[in-house]
Amino acid sequence: MKRALRYVLFYSALLGLWTLLAELKIWPPYLFPTPWGVAESLYAGFADHSYWIAIRVSMQRVVIGYGISVVLGMVLGLGVASNKFLEETMGGLLVSLQSLPSICWWPLALLWFGLSQNAILFVVVMGSLLSVTLAMEDGRKQMPKIFGQAGRNLGAKGFKLFWYVLLPASLPFIVSGLKQGWAFAWRSLITAEMLYLSLGLGQVLMMGRDLNDMSAVIAVMLLIIALGYIVDGVVFKGMERHLQNKWGLAPAS
Amino acid sequence: MSTQSVPRQFPVPLAWPAGARRGPVAVGQPRHAPSLGIPKVGLSEICLSYRTQSGERLLALDHIDLQVHAGEFVCIVGPSGCGKSTLLHLVAGLQPPTSGQILVDGNPIQGPGTDRIMIFQDHGLFPWLTVGQNVEFGMKMKGVPRAERYERTQHYLRLVHLAKFEKSYIHQLSGGMRQRVAIARALATQPDVLLMDEPFAALDAQTRDLLHDELERIWSDTGCTIIFVTHNVREAVRLGDRVVLLTFRPGRVKSEFPVDLPRPRSLEDPAVALAAREVLDELRDEINRSLDAEYNEGVKPHIEPGVSA
Repeated sequence: MKRALRYVLFYSALLGLWTLLAELKIWPPYLFPTPWGVAESLYAGFADHSYWIAIRVSMQRVVIGYGISVVLGMVLGLGVASNKFLEETMGGLLVSLQSLPSICWWPLALLWFGLSQNAILFVVVMGSLLSVTLAMEDGRKQMPKIFGQAGRNLGAKGFKLFWYVLLPASLPFIVSGLKQGWAFAWRSLITAEMLYLSLGLGQVLMMGRDLNDMSAVIAVMLLIIALGYIVDGVVFKGMERHLQNKWGLAPAS
Repeated sequence: MSTQSVPRQFPVPLAWPAGARRGPVAVGQPRHAPSLGIPKVGLSEICLSYRTQSGERLLALDHIDLQVHAGEFVCIVGPSGCGKSTLLHLVAGLQPPTSGQILVDGNPIQGPGTDRIMIFQDHGLFPWLTVGQNVEFGMKMKGVPRAERYERTQHYLRLVHLAKFEKSYIHQLSGGMRQRVAIARALATQPDVLLMDEPFAALDAQTRDLLHDELERIWSDTGCTIIFVTHNVREAVRLGDRVVLLTFRPGRVKSEFPVDLPRPRSLEDPAVALAAREVLDELRDEINRSLDAEYNEGVKPHIEPGVSA
């Protein structure tokens, strides 16, 4: 109850400050919109379906791109973790590549895939693949050895060993990496969409800029934040809670 | 070499579910007779060496020869660091020996097999599965049909008195219950050989006593062969038909003690204590050597005779 009150207080103060600044008219309204201006933009965007379409297109892309990252990253991470040669060679490369912002892949993606959805997907994959790979590698190493031994002992090998033992055994150790990968995928997607007419949220955002419609820009920014937050709060929190219940881990506070 | 000259004092129900392979030794027959030929598990000239961090080669196991007969309960004791757990890993096929051969029924082993199931000290149960799913796991890997899996899971859970906990997760169970689940999971694949790696070392004394009784009953019910590793000599004498003593690094078979005591036994039996004393006297040198290595400064806490096993 107290917590809810604190939330309400904090956000009303924020809104109040925003309204105050907007009402003081220090900047022209088209540069600094009021909260209800943004609300109106949001309403209009949903009413004419353009936001719905943008959300659908963007979510679809991020799900595909992130999905590819997770599958590839798990295979790569597992390979790096279980092979000393790969670990010594590719391990270092992966870590150093992580300092490269994913949008740096954009020019390459354009040349390879042309101005297409695939170019965007490529950037999304490059953005999140490394986090997933490194998380998987780390998870595989942190995972107690005994699970693999027990699994092999009970007759699991090859893909069955991976699917029924190694993967579930390393999940608690990789879930934070998966979450980070998701955040990177989402950011890379929006960035890539801003650079190319693409129907997604990033493009709607740039359209607001082109039309000098700051309330639309802020409206889309809020949408991007909200979607990221919802996925994080629903999908990943749910997964963490599920794992905690099964493994009996103390909830991370 | 002891045969079962003393009448068995507990009933021998045929506890295998329908269709299950019976234990290799017929009920009422001597459990193991060397003249019967091929041992269940035969280790010949097993050596294992590995490279330490500093790059030197360390010989962990040195020409281990050991025959375990079908239905026999063999306990392996030795000071910590003698490689007794490693020996079990080799028999389980989780790791190949540097040289030597491991035979099961006269055939060399090819990696892990569900005819030899290991029970680990920290149980190695899968925390992401329920108790029932854990017990089912080996059968699932083997491709046993769902209905049969379910039936056998129920059977083995009842055998270890955990039928009520089928839907629980591992972290909800006590240490003793977890070890029982591990036993049920191992038995569910119907192995010929159970490899137990200090399974009860982390349990409190009462739970351990209880599990000793249960293990003895299950062993007698199923007729499986058990190789049981422990550092607790009294436990070894309490459970084993034979106690094998390994030396400290490199591990060699120092001596073997047949245990000709009537079953069921108890840890408190004076006869068990007496036999344990005999084993311990030989073990003491090895323990001292291991402590020596541990405190290689020369500060040697000598183990006084009479320290309990």
